[in-house]
Amino acid sequence: MTAPIPFVPLPARAPPRAASGLLAWVRRHLFGSPGNALTTLALAGLAAYALPPALRWLVGSAVWHPDYAACRALDHAGACWGFVAEKWRLILFGRYPFAEQWRPLAATAIVVAALVVTAIPACWRRWLGGVWVLALASFFVLMSGGILGLARVDTGLWGGLPLTVLLTLVGMGASIPIGILLALARRSELPLLRALATLYIELVRGVPLITVLFTASFVFPLLLPQGMRVDVLTRIALGIVLFQAAYMAEVVRGGLQALPKGQYEAAAALGLSWWRTQQKVILPQALTLVIPGFVNSLLSTFMDTSLVTVVSMYDLTGALRLALGDAQWRSFFLEGYLFIALIYFACCFAMSRYSHWLEHRLNRWTRR
Amino acid sequence: MPQPARAPVRHFLRTRHGRAFVYQALALGALVAAGWLLWHNTADNLAARQIRSGFGFLAQPSGFDIGEALFAYSSRDSYLRAFAVGVANTLRVALAGIVLATVLGTLIGIGRLAQNALLRGLCTAYVEVLRNVPLIIQLFAWYLVLTELLPAATEPLRFGTHFFLSKSGLQFPFPEWSTGWTVALAGVPIGILAAIGYRHWARQRRLRTGVAPPAVWPALLLALGMPVLGWLVGGAPTDFDVPAVGSFDVTGGAAATPEFLSLLIGLTGFTAAYIAENVRSGVLAVPGGQTEAAAALGLSRGLTLRLVLLPQALRVIVPPLTSQYLNLTKNSSLAVAIGYPDVVSIANTTINQNGQALECVLMIMTVYLAINLMTALLMGWYNRRVAIVER
Repeated sequence: MTAPIPFVPLPARAPPRAASGLLAWVRRHLFGSPGNALTTLALAGLAAYALPPALRWLVGSAVWHPDYAACRALDHAGACWGFVAEKWRLILFGRYPFAEQWRPLAATAIVVAALVVTAIPACWRRWLGGVWVLALASFFVLMSGGILGLARVDTGLWGGLPLTVLLTLVGMGASIPIGILLALARRSELPLLRALATLYIELVRGVPLITVLFTASFVFPLLLPQGMRVDVLTRIALGIVLFQAAYMAEVVRGGLQALPKGQYEAAAALGLSWWRTQQKVILPQALTLVIPGFVNSLLSTFMDTSLVTVVSMYDLTGALRLALGDAQWRSFFLEGYLFIALIYFACCFAMSRYSHWLEHRLNRWTRR
Repeated sequence: MPQPARAPVRHFLRTRHGRAFVYQALALGALVAAGWLLWHNTADNLAARQIRSGFGFLAQPSGFDIGEALFAYSSRDSYLRAFAVGVANTLRVALAGIVLATVLGTLIGIGRLAQNALLRGLCTAYVEVLRNVPLIIQLFAWYLVLTELLPAATEPLRFGTHFFLSKSGLQFPFPEWSTGWTVALAGVPIGILAAIGYRHWARQRRLRTGVAPPAVWPALLLALGMPVLGWLVGGAPTDFDVPAVGSFDVTGGAAATPEFLSLLIGLTGFTAAYIAENVRSGVLAVPGGQTEAAAALGLSRGLTLRLVLLPQALRVIVPPLTSQYLNLTKNSSLAVAIGYPDVVSIANTTINQNGQALECVLMIMTVYLAINLMTALLMGWYNRRVAIVER
């Protein structure tokens, strides 16, 4: 018999490296593999090369006060924010009379406040409709004046951010009811209505917005009875509404299709008429499902309004081009475009984050 | 008991069919009435403004010049030819944009899934910024950068020895056109057809014998070899028209105008952000178990990608990708804002000349709807091909 093998414990293995914490995150996400480490080094090198000059241009050697001589002397070695400081009122309010510009400011503030209230789900009550009626009424009163001792301002002079906001809200608000009707028609059992709705939706979705704006600006005047005139703002707004309605119809249709067939059958079993079924059973559920889709539509309408500058309207983009028409400041266009790009970005980014958040929240409801 | 005379009508209206009939008759009536009214108004207005109607103007000389045309055009040519130039320009920028945006978007979409946090952050920032700034602002900014910040044509930026970038655009070498190049170009479709034919043959053979002939390399060789063969057969021309800096301008070579370049860059950058999101969601849509299952079957990494992952990811990616392609094509109409002569710009100029807005808008719509219809047909065919076959 051999002697029993003495028990010799193996040396304990080292504890696993931390899987959480900052150091572990850096190791995993920045230096996880040789390729990863190489990418990190390359990007860090690029940042070290490009970021300091960029920051110097943007902030360090920039001119902040509206001083043309200083901007000129800088010769683009730094940003000339002086252009924005000089022209910001023209960019934000377009050709609206200078002394009256508190009015578009107040009008926009009221509407944006209404928008913020609407964004809070706890405020989704009946009184919200009243808030919007009030907000839009005060917007139009403030903008066009003519009553309450306010001087009258022609719609042709409206411009800048208020115009962008107005076109967005009108385009959105009016296209929702039309879109709902179109979506219902497209899913209807009546072949003629279905065909007409489908034709309209696909036709409009198939052409670029510019075409619709051209139609609104060149063709609409031809369609009106002789002697009747509609100002260009109304025509363009109508064009945007008709365009957006086709997209809205598809958003609503998505909600309608997501509802199980049982809802229709249950409503039929209760003896509800078609309109009652839609009003009491189908639409409330379908529209709740597509609220994030509505927010996304709001976002794209907001971006799309920038196209009206092509048909010579001075929305935010058009007003900047107006400001750049000043030959003296023209060479500082990059600063101007960065300024309005920042405005658009801030609004759109906020909307898209909000839409994400809302989607999660609504999913939580439906999952329960 | 005798029924009152109107009862059948009332009875008819109470049925589903009856009401459906009435609703549709009302809709049709309203449509016809509105159409007649608008037509009537339009005819009146046109008469009052002494604008002619109809498409007769298309045959007349246009009287305007176009900055860039793919085929011979002068102001003495007809409006119809001007429109054709515009359509060709639209298709040119759209096709180039689609290719570039697909490549850039795929890279960025994959970058958003990278292990490296910096790369991921960079790609995410790209997507968020480009998607949330209106395209037209990006186009204006690019156009001004290309026409104002670049050096004058007398001292252009140089890339290598033969590429020049200046206020007058990008100049690059281009083959002196001769029969050889035409033959080489003809080799491209022949090569592609041959590659498809080879793939078909290889598949049939694999199914018949169980032995798989190599699939990738011979097909690639055929697709690339045919143009080269054509070039050789055509006499292997090597003459390039090389641009050179003159005293006033860069001369020779081929040129891309600043309008074309800024439209192309803007469309590519904007659409790539959307394509990146499509690619990312497509890749994420393939469950991780698929890779593991492929590994368990002993497939190599390349085969796993080609036979397991890509077909499943593409099924998710391609439909939204197509709508991005259509969006890019439609967005190319913003060319009118920076003066690139696409079909919308040409129509705009025409409207300013003769006021025939209705006809011009109809023509633009027809062009875009035709493009849409063709894409939709193509997509339908593709979707039927890749749809999951349920057994």
